[in-house]
Amino acid sequence: MNDEVVGGPGKPRAIVVGHGEFAGGLVSAVGQICGLADKLVVLSMMGMTPEDIEGAIREQIARTGARVIFTDLPAGSATLAARRIVKDDPGVVLVSGVNLATLLDFVFNTSVSPTEAARAAAERGKASLIVVGR
Amino acid sequence: MGIHLYRIDDRLIHGQVVVGWGQPLNIRFLVLVDDLVASSDWEKELYRMAIPPEMEIYFADVGSAIRDHARYAADPRPGLLITSDIASMHRLVNGVKAIGSVNLGGIHHRAGRAEKLRYIFLTPDEERQLRELEAAGIEVTAQDVPSARAVPLAEVLEGESR
Repeated sequence: MNDEVVGGPGKPRAIVVGHGEFAGGLVSAVGQICGLADKLVVLSMMGMTPEDIEGAIREQIARTGARVIFTDLPAGSATLAARRIVKDDPGVVLVSGVNLATLLDFVFNTSVSPTEAARAAAERGKASLIVVGR
Repeated sequence: MGIHLYRIDDRLIHGQVVVGWGQPLNIRFLVLVDDLVASSDWEKELYRMAIPPEMEIYFADVGSAIRDHARYAADPRPGLLITSDIASMHRLVNGVKAIGSVNLGGIHHRAGRAEKLRYIFLTPDEERQLRELEAAGIEVTAQDVPSARAVPLAEVLEGESR
């Protein structure tokens, strides 16, 4: 375990950033399914410059102590902003391409550090993509 | 083929560019024209990692983009050229003399800028540069995504399309 296990009751363990209402929708679904939405901070980047997005993520990291950033699209502004933050602070982990299965696995996995939980959740999220039918 | 879209967008590479325009235009190469990015290996790697494998990306400062524009224009693949600010596109257009239209894709709020559209904020000097482009025969429209209406510059500057 490379970093401190954080995330007591009500304390956010990660920041979720995405286009439009994507982040809010995903976190709302987490809350509806398991009631653990308070483990995640929602950031919408609508109408924001790249500098604004980076500043908002940094502000939430400083405020909450979260060490994990989930973003929606590898080519998105939030992902680029998060990559700049990871460059400055290698203790922060970025997971791009987040889906609901990823977040659910993450919020339940409190036995390891958030960054370890993020890596495991990313694998669960990949495995959740299935194709049914011909 | 060559360059299908000349876009000004302060976010440079992001979802609207790579997916929103990239998919319907079948974009296969991007030309990112930015003096700061072109001078930084780390910045170039950041943007290179953001694009899908089917796209190629070229980095250029404005001067080299002017010199290499004929090569981009002759490329058999559909391409998209992007600058982060109006001043860079203004310099490029003046240097190339072969660009017929410019797309305003995203110029967001900063001190000194006034809102024209939800995604377009301009300083008086930026307004002047856009008027100069239009006076030189360049069609300047604002359109964030392909499904949106292309708003003519005169309408943008009046702020009537909010």
